[in-house]
Amino acid sequence: MKVPMSARRVKDIMASKIMLVLTLAAVALIFFMVAGLYFKSRPILASQPLSELFFSSRWRPFRGEFGFLSFIMGTVWVTGVAVLIAVPLCLLTSIYLSEYANSKVREWVKPLIDILAGIPSVVFGVWGMLVVVPFIKDVVAPFAGVFSTGYSILAGGIVLAIMIFPVIIHVSLEIFRAVPQEVREASLAVGATRWQTIKHVVMRKALPGVAAAVVLGISRAFGETMAVLMVVGNVAKIPHSVLDPAYPLPALIANNYGEMMSIPLYDSALMLAALILLLVVLLFNALSKMILIRVQRSIR
Amino acid sequence: MERRNIEEKIFKGLMLLSTMVILSSLVLILLTVLVKGLPYLSLAMVTQVPQGGYYLGKGGGILNAIVGSLYLAGGATFLAILLSLPVALYLNVYSKSDSKFVSACRFTFDVLCGVPSIVYGAFGFTIMIFFGMRASLLGGIIAIALLIMPMMIRSMDEVIRLVPRELMDASYALGANRWETALKVVVRQSLPGILTSILIAFGRGIGDAAAVIFTAGFTDAIPTSLLRPVATLPLAIFFQLGVPIPEVQGRAYASALILTIMILIISLAARLLSKKLTRHVVK
Repeated sequence: MKVPMSARRVKDIMASKIMLVLTLAAVALIFFMVAGLYFKSRPILASQPLSELFFSSRWRPFRGEFGFLSFIMGTVWVTGVAVLIAVPLCLLTSIYLSEYANSKVREWVKPLIDILAGIPSVVFGVWGMLVVVPFIKDVVAPFAGVFSTGYSILAGGIVLAIMIFPVIIHVSLEIFRAVPQEVREASLAVGATRWQTIKHVVMRKALPGVAAAVVLGISRAFGETMAVLMVVGNVAKIPHSVLDPAYPLPALIANNYGEMMSIPLYDSALMLAALILLLVVLLFNALSKMILIRVQRSIR
Repeated sequence: MERRNIEEKIFKGLMLLSTMVILSSLVLILLTVLVKGLPYLSLAMVTQVPQGGYYLGKGGGILNAIVGSLYLAGGATFLAILLSLPVALYLNVYSKSDSKFVSACRFTFDVLCGVPSIVYGAFGFTIMIFFGMRASLLGGIIAIALLIMPMMIRSMDEVIRLVPRELMDASYALGANRWETALKVVVRQSLPGILTSILIAFGRGIGDAAAVIFTAGFTDAIPTSLLRPVATLPLAIFFQLGVPIPEVQGRAYASALILTIMILIISLAARLLSKKLTRHVVK
């Protein structure tokens, strides 16, 4: 005869099954998102060849012309400017916090960077409109001898750079801290200065991890929407200088949610834009995570 | 002075400068919002909903957006907890620690954490279309819940991972099974950290704009049902900024100040909680 299971054991097994299902569902979210957005963007993919979609800058939804090139270039420019500004600042700061600052300073600075990470993007946007845009209009553009409304790639890049500071600092600081102390001591013991030690020893060990931090920063910058949308000007043309306005992909999606249902294929085109963002970000995040896992193994 | 010593000085100077630039950007942002928002901040802003002609500079406030954001983020956080806590417990209590399955799950959640909120918004929108829903509180809750779930799972996972193995073994040795251990030992031990993760996720939910722009709609009324559209603070700021009337733009700054204060309070609470709530924690 079978021994009846106790209620406790039934509960344990039930809980185990339910939790497994929830875990699998959470993991499957990634596939559902790709599949859902792909499903929605199929009409536009079927109506036009990929080359037309990605390498044409003709964007006339009313005539059924959907060329994403200006938006893709807008995203690339804004992200590029943000990364160029953020990477040197973040690296120097992380090196300072890890190699020079005492633990007291570190304990003070870290929460402040956490606060920066928590500020909503719309607040960054407000700040950008109030400070960065007028600064570019009144100082930078006249200095460069051109006219600009201030709503430009540079404005977007500056705001975005500040938004990705926390990500890059957080990851690269962790990497620098993971480099064993003995390595530094060995270098200092043979007479190297601290900077020489950092340049030749610490950096060499940490370089792949730093690359991962930068890739993570790029991917964060890539999808940021509200703050960029508020300062970048939103003009659908391929930009030629950092003082030109641009129209990044996320801004395209967010700005047109209203009319997209009334024009054929428009909603499909916007969902394709979301799919592109998703795929690029997934690729970058996975890449950076894989580097980080490898680095952590090799350092320890 | 030797060349390498000069180099040392230059780079140390540059490092200090960079740290200052980064910290002062935070100060500058907070100060700008404070200085610009404070003159327009009034009791009416936080106690009234917009009255007729509010967006033309007439009376009222943004209570609809404040309450809307709290409803939305509250609902989303609740939904996300229901999913995240079991997942975090499963990874740490039920699975073999650091098995391939666990690492693969962690990897996936890490990758999901980086997906931009506009993509969650777009995906939430496709779900809504699929079920024939309109922009509503429920739609917004679903989009935000999906957005904050991966981060909540990962931060809870990190906290629960720190529970000492011996503590769980002690519980098993007393005859408790995994479910009882998870609930009565692991959750209790990591409660301060779990609450911190919840608060951080809540703050993220309040501040997010891109995920709700498709899904939650916007309205001047406080929603009375899950199927009504709902206003959110970030979108209220955005829309007010778009009106070329100084009074309305000023209120946008005041709204930004309110949002910033709410976020700062939440992150402060998260910080304090993680230090204070340690009564039941075995050290």
